[in-house]
Amino acid sequence: MALTGVLRPGFAQLRVLDMEKALEHYTKRMGLYEVTTGHDGRVYLKCGDEFDHHSLVLRQCDQAGIDMFAFKVASDADLDAFEARIADYGFAVDHVAAGEQPGMGRRIGWTIASGHRIELYAHADLSDPKPMIHNPDVWDLEPHGMAARRMDHCLLYGQDIEKNLDFFTKVLDFKCAERVDMPDGLLAIWLTCSTKAHDIAFVKYPEPAKLHHVAFELKDWHAVGHAGDIITRYNISVDVGPTRHGITRGETIYFFDPSGNRDEVFAGGYTYYPDNPTRTWDETQVGKGIFYYERKLNDAFLSVVS
Amino acid sequence: MTYKITVEGAGEATCYEDERALVAMERAQGFGRLRGLARKLPVGCRRGGCGICRVLVLEGDYRSDPMSRSCVSAEDEARGLVLSCAIYPLSDLTVRLETPCLNKPGILPAAQTSGE
Repeated sequence: MALTGVLRPGFAQLRVLDMEKALEHYTKRMGLYEVTTGHDGRVYLKCGDEFDHHSLVLRQCDQAGIDMFAFKVASDADLDAFEARIADYGFAVDHVAAGEQPGMGRRIGWTIASGHRIELYAHADLSDPKPMIHNPDVWDLEPHGMAARRMDHCLLYGQDIEKNLDFFTKVLDFKCAERVDMPDGLLAIWLTCSTKAHDIAFVKYPEPAKLHHVAFELKDWHAVGHAGDIITRYNISVDVGPTRHGITRGETIYFFDPSGNRDEVFAGGYTYYPDNPTRTWDETQVGKGIFYYERKLNDAFLSVVS
Repeated sequence: MTYKITVEGAGEATCYEDERALVAMERAQGFGRLRGLARKLPVGCRRGGCGICRVLVLEGDYRSDPMSRSCVSAEDEARGLVLSCAIYPLSDLTVRLETPCLNKPGILPAAQTSGE
C-alpha cells in the first residue's frame, strides 16, 4: 500500500519565552537551520534532511507550550476530503490562507478532544538546505550540533485521549501502533500514518493542550551519544537518557529548550505496516515500555509538561 | 560569592553567584542537606516552562528569568511566588516549596513498576 492521505508530520509551532536563546538552542545546539523570519516575528526553521520550507515555527510569547501540530497530506483534493470528514465527525474546521506562514499553502485547522490544534496542508515550497536530488551527496551542508535530520513526531498531553484515538483512526486513517492500558483505563497511545512506529502520541492528562515533547530524528545511536555530549557541554537541562524506549524501540534523550519545552532526539524504532497488530502494555510493564533500561517511569514523565 | 537558601522545614542549600536557586537545591539534596523534605525535590524543565519547582520566597532578594505565565501570573511573581529554576539569589533566601498539584488523581499509575 502506498502512503496516501496524511503523509507525515509537517511542522510544530512552539511558544518560546526568549527568541534569541531559543534560536541558539535549535540552530547551534540541535543543528536546525533558520529559514526566514515572518512579519509578525515568528521564526521558521528546518532540518537539513528535509525538503519542505520549514518544520519548526517559534513564536515569542509569555507562556511556553505548543500552538499547533500540522501534517502534510498528499494532494490538495485531500484537504477538501478531510475537511468534510472532520466536519462530519463534529469538529469545527477553520481555514488559514496560503502564505500565512511563509512558504506554506492553504491549511485547515481544528481542535481535537485533548484541546490541541491540529492542521493539515498539501503544499509547501522547498527551501535550503535540502537533500540534493541529482547525483546527490549524502548532504549539501555538513551536519552540525546534534545533527537533527528531521522533525519526526510529538507527544501531547490532554484529556479524553480515547476520543483522540477514535478520531485519528476513523477520520485521518491513522493506525494505533502501541497503547498503554491501566486498570482505570487508557493511559497512552502511539499513532502512525506511515511506516514509522509513531507520528503523534498522546498521554492522558487532566489539563488540555499540553506539550510533552517534540522529537527530532538522528542518524544512529552514536549520534544520540554525541547529542548527550552537547547537552552536557552546553549545560542544557536534561530530563532522561541516553536510554531506549520499549515502546517504539527508539534510542533517546529527553531534554528541555531554554523556555522549558521538552525536546527529544532519537534514533531507530521499528518499521510499522498498517496490517500490524497493535502492541499493548499494562500497568506492570509500563515502566519498561517508557524507559527500557531504567524499567520505571521517572518523576517527570507523567507530570512535567509545558 | 555564595548565598544561603533556607528551604523551610527541609534544610539549607549553598547557591553560587549567577546560579539558579533550583540547581543549588538539587545539589544540596544530593549532598543530603535537605533531609527534612518529605519527598524528592520536584524538578522539571529547569527553564521556567513547566512550573513544578514553584516556591514562595519568604525572605531575600533575587533576579529572575522569564517564567511561563501559564505557571506563574504577574501577580504571583510580584508577591514572590516564583519558579525556583528561574530565580538567581542576590542575597540569602528563605523559600517555601509550593509545588502545584500536578499529580492529579487517575494520572499517576497506582504502582510504578520497579527496576528490579
